[in-house]
Amino acid sequence: MSDYVPALISIAFHGVTLAMVLYLISVGLSVTMGLMGFVNLAHGAFAMAGGYLASTLLNRYGMPFALAILLAVVIVTAVSLVLERVLYRRFYGGAELDQVLLTMGLIFVSVGAATYIWGPLPQPMQIPKSLQGGIEIMGRILPVYRIFLILCGAILVTLLWLALERTRFGAQLRAAVDNLRMAETVGIDTSRLFAFAFALGSGLAALGGALGAEVFAITPGYALEHLVYFLIVVAVGGLGSIRGPFFAALMVGITDTALKYYVPELGAFFIYLLTMAILLRYPRGLMGT
Amino acid sequence: MTHDASSTRTGNAALVPEAATATASAAAAAREQFSRRHRFTPLEVLPWLAAIGAYFAFPDYLALGSQILATIIFALSVDLLIGYTGIVTLGHAALFGTGAYTAGLLAANGWGDPVSGLLVAALAAAVVGLVSGALILRTHGLTQLMQTLVVAALLMEVANKAGHYTGGGDGLQGMIVWPVFGLFRFDMFGKTAYLYSLAVLFVCWVLMRTIVHSAFGRSLMGIRENVARMHAIGTPVERRKLTAYTLSAALAGISGALIAQTTSFVGLGVLSLERSGSILIMLIIGGVGQLYGAFIGVPLYMIAQDRFATIDPVFWYFWIGLFMVLLVLFARGGVLGILTRLVKRDGGTS
Repeated sequence: MSDYVPALISIAFHGVTLAMVLYLISVGLSVTMGLMGFVNLAHGAFAMAGGYLASTLLNRYGMPFALAILLAVVIVTAVSLVLERVLYRRFYGGAELDQVLLTMGLIFVSVGAATYIWGPLPQPMQIPKSLQGGIEIMGRILPVYRIFLILCGAILVTLLWLALERTRFGAQLRAAVDNLRMAETVGIDTSRLFAFAFALGSGLAALGGALGAEVFAITPGYALEHLVYFLIVVAVGGLGSIRGPFFAALMVGITDTALKYYVPELGAFFIYLLTMAILLRYPRGLMGT
Repeated sequence: MTHDASSTRTGNAALVPEAATATASAAAAAREQFSRRHRFTPLEVLPWLAAIGAYFAFPDYLALGSQILATIIFALSVDLLIGYTGIVTLGHAALFGTGAYTAGLLAANGWGDPVSGLLVAALAAAVVGLVSGALILRTHGLTQLMQTLVVAALLMEVANKAGHYTGGGDGLQGMIVWPVFGLFRFDMFGKTAYLYSLAVLFVCWVLMRTIVHSAFGRSLMGIRENVARMHAIGTPVERRKLTAYTLSAALAGISGALIAQTTSFVGLGVLSLERSGSILIMLIIGGVGQLYGAFIGVPLYMIAQDRFATIDPVFWYFWIGLFMVLLVLFARGGVLGILTRLVKRDGGTS
């Protein structure tokens, strides 16, 4: 009994950390899949790029932590905007097979480029001194960095949801997700909206990749290795939904952590089974439109 | 089925006398075209000549050759789903891997007969295909894509965790494969492996060719082109799709088993997303839904991979990725599509 509570706290804590990283990375994917009807399998590559850039700026150029992460996010966002205009938008609402081929190609390019520039080993992320160490809460030592990660995630989620509810861009995005043709009819420039949404999603992924380097190690195979988890969060949450993936991420994060703690021999098996069951019951996801 | 279609059409036309003769001749032309599609054309002998030629021309590359032949079967099985039925899958490695592990476990546990091993592997993959297909095909679009992906991930996790039986991440060791029909031993030069793979591929190709040209195959293409209309004419769409999925699963299982038997090894990679993805790429490079796409795309991809990956695997990933992006931008229909377009253009000008 005495072990019970600390174990639960530990699971909840690490589960929520995982969920925050998963959500930051996957939310943009939900928008591209739901709004643009585009299966962007290469979405994880933006997260990876964010991680690599941030770690390089930190380790090699000795930049302050916050500045390095900010700069990495800005660079990835800019690159994603170019890719969206040049490549992605030609395939919106097109054949799934073309989208799969295109984005699989981009994954391979990202694997090759990352190995060429940074080598095959995981990239270390130097955490600033103030965020190192741990705090003891109810008999468990919780790392400060992960607390910081959860706080960052919570702030970002709140900002994102507020922006969606309160800003003009948010209203346009919701309108387009609900009914694309109607949104166009009332004069919303959906092409520009798509570009903004895509860039925002990629930027958040880069942020998630950079901040979460400790949860998902930055390796060249990043985009492929974690793809299934990102897709699960989006599919279970509901395509096009901003909130759905958050609850899906929490579910995946906490279940995954709990299973690894109690029944490590089951591995990710249960998560996959749960995903299949949920998708059979709710084919459009828990909060899909 | 062809007969039914043409007779209804002439029946309707009889109500409008002036159109009757025109429709009748169109029906005759259609019937002629339908019966002609079964006939073999001289071009179809080319892949087999090339395969036999390669056996004599490149005796040092027979191991790669038999891998290519077995992988063509996998590409054919994916083509039946994607090209002919219009079901996009990102998890066909699930069935390939089931076949590979079935054959591998049989051979590692005292039953090394290759031919019966192949059949059992096909059966096992078909059963997995039937069960998973029944679940996967209930959903559509992106959700369906997700389901295929998750099924493969699920099986990979099973193979990984059942390390006691499968060897887990280290791969399955200790396969002993008996001679084919008790006569042809698998030699170290890979001659038997190559010819065995070629024979199995030939049987699978005949099977696949028969399937896609049959009335059943036509109904699959109908489902691909217009599901609503197929429902309207009374086709049991869901059952046809599931049958296609199961058949495709059996072919994928044979392919996996063949690779397991000829290499005497099964690793977790047979179930990986990379396997599901790369077979899609090979098929698309060759051309989807044209039966021979697999025969062009698989050798091109695997030979290029063998050449470049030995020099520098990093180089390989980067350039194949870039190539895929360009392919999707500029060359829909793959190599076969480009060839067809060239031939048509020449035919038009002359």
